[in-house]
Amino acid sequence: MRRFIPFMIALGLVALLPLVSPSDFYINLASQAAIAALMALGLNILVGYAGLTSLGHAAFPGIAAYLVAWLSTRGGLGPGPAAVLAVAGTFLVAGLFGLLALRATGLGFVMITMALCQIVWGGAYRWTSLTGGDNGLSGVPRPFGDMLTPTTFLWLCLIVLAVAIIQIGRFAESPLGVALRGTRDQPRRMSALGYDVWRIRFVAWLVAASWGAVAGLLYAWYHQFVSPHMLAVTASAEVLLMVVAGGAGTLAGPLLGAALVVLLKNLASIWIDRWVMLLGATFVFIVLIMPDGLAPGLMHLRERFRKRMASPTIAPPLAGQERIDG
Amino acid sequence: MSHKTAYSCLALIAASLLSTSAFSQPEPIRIGFMTVRSGALAAGGKQMEEGLNYCLQERGGQMAGRKVELITVDTGGQPATTRTRAQELVERSKVHAIIGPLAAFEALAIDDYIKQVGVPVVSPSAAAEDMTQRKPNPWFVRAVGTSAQANHALGEYAAKEMKLKRVATIGDDFAFGHETTAGFQRTFEENGGKVVKKLWPPLNVADYGSFISQLPTDVDAIFASFAGGNGLRFLQQYAEYGSPVKVIAHMTTVDEGILKSMSQEAVGVISSGWYSATQDAPGNKEFAEGMRKAYGADPGYYSVGAYTACAFVDAAAKAVEGKVEDKDAFMKALRSVKLDKGPLGKVSLDEFGNPIMDVTIRKTEMKDSRLQNVVIKTYPAVTQFWTYDQKEFLANPVYTRDYPPAKNLGN
Repeated sequence: MRRFIPFMIALGLVALLPLVSPSDFYINLASQAAIAALMALGLNILVGYAGLTSLGHAAFPGIAAYLVAWLSTRGGLGPGPAAVLAVAGTFLVAGLFGLLALRATGLGFVMITMALCQIVWGGAYRWTSLTGGDNGLSGVPRPFGDMLTPTTFLWLCLIVLAVAIIQIGRFAESPLGVALRGTRDQPRRMSALGYDVWRIRFVAWLVAASWGAVAGLLYAWYHQFVSPHMLAVTASAEVLLMVVAGGAGTLAGPLLGAALVVLLKNLASIWIDRWVMLLGATFVFIVLIMPDGLAPGLMHLRERFRKRMASPTIAPPLAGQERIDG
Repeated sequence: MSHKTAYSCLALIAASLLSTSAFSQPEPIRIGFMTVRSGALAAGGKQMEEGLNYCLQERGGQMAGRKVELITVDTGGQPATTRTRAQELVERSKVHAIIGPLAAFEALAIDDYIKQVGVPVVSPSAAAEDMTQRKPNPWFVRAVGTSAQANHALGEYAAKEMKLKRVATIGDDFAFGHETTAGFQRTFEENGGKVVKKLWPPLNVADYGSFISQLPTDVDAIFASFAGGNGLRFLQQYAEYGSPVKVIAHMTTVDEGILKSMSQEAVGVISSGWYSATQDAPGNKEFAEGMRKAYGADPGYYSVGAYTACAFVDAAAKAVEGKVEDKDAFMKALRSVKLDKGPLGKVSLDEFGNPIMDVTIRKTEMKDSRLQNVVIKTYPAVTQFWTYDQKEFLANPVYTRDYPPAKNLGN
């Protein structure tokens, strides 16, 4: 559990934000970053640990958000039961999608996940009587009534995020998680060793989808509005961008990536008109300087800094250099 | 320090404080403006900015004697971003009113939020029917008509005066296209016409060829409802196919904003709308000329929407004598706004915050070496409910692709 301490300290500091924030705006921004981080953490299981690059991850938050929105507005359920049903429903759909998507790997997997997400998008867009078409579903009721202020909503998001970090961190270090990384690096050898590669991937897929569904609930409660835009290819690409920019296969990476994207998108635009360009330039910069992503890149920097402090005159031994690069 | 000097010091300080507050400028009225500067909707966003800037310049940057501080944000045409930008305006910049956003789904994305925080919002272009019908919002006022507001008139005109019997429709496959087409279909069929085919090309379709070849040539007219640049692309391609049938259209298909990029293909299109740069409304001549001088083109849907929204805010600010801090009084004034002149002429708002205004039937003609929408008939003071009973109208479901049902398809 010790390795979770830095994460918990960081989340604890964010939870104190309402004390210093001059307005609710920054608190709400932090909530958004937490929701985005939740999506990115889920996708990271696929991209980072399983080596399956998905361009359709928005499907899970999307389905969950639509389900909870529909059930609690037109379905007449309370937010609680609606949330449970929404997560269960998303889980079922994810199982079905997994059967289809996990037949492929590599580029094929990218295409099929994108296609599946497009199907969901198409349904949300065209099945107007059920989904409201591109006008979406509005007026989604929030749980906990008046207790849910911007501050308490941020705390709710952070608590969920903390649970996700611990669950996913433990999952990654568990025998199953190690086997999952094995299927990423050497699927055929893993198969030869008697591991059921498909089943391991399927479990990872379901875990990723479940956290996506939870993120979808928070998304629907935060915005109180769902529309097909949250299922668009750009939405999936944005989550993938968070994972890749932050550092796939690390626990801190998706969190950093999500915070970076949300803050750049919403904070930079206050001062800079051409914020889209800034976003692009930032990612080019990350790719050039830290091709593995922010989290590994920063670790790399720290390592180098430490070495230089330890032996300022002698060049580092070749073996060490190799280990870092490899 | 003796007591006397201490008192006189205090008196001096108090006096200086009083005098600074007495002579200092009143705080400016802060207006948030939500536009789109990136993505597919950016052209409309730019025209909105022009209309709004023109309005503020015309008023010398002041409303009701107070300076106006305009805080512009870019929503990128994304609902989630729109919500964050609205929060930025309300929570960070503490605006007194918001003009925007552009698209209906953006306006719907902040619907609940503006109810919660209670900030007056004037929409310069979002036309979604239900926002002023079945889901009214006490803090929301519209400076444009609903999607179908002008098409009810066109449907009746097409059946009664153009004597059209059979019409095929083609429109963008999103809520705006569905609602505009439904409004036309309803009044057209109630007056004896028949809609025999309905086509819905996707919003971002690259080529209209496959849809145009599905359009029947044995009908009396094609009703076209396109938004953004799609009207331009459709009419051009339809002309390439020889324009076998006359085209009637919703105002955005031949909007002044894109008319400047069209040529012969737009000539002869009959459309309906609440604004044409040539219309003879009190105040429109000066407005259209001023806009032409400032921006080199006729004003259209978006620029007029933003201008009118700004004029609404101005009129409401005057009605409360600049005390926009009293939100409830300001909102009440906004909802009872009445304009006597301007691009739209006489405008007032109904109980849902939707404008009651003249709707015109126009014909696109080449005049003074530019395309213009020339008014041929005016329907005065048209409401969003047309001639229907308000209660009955609201008891029906909102207009969609399939409502009202088209009973004459294939005839």
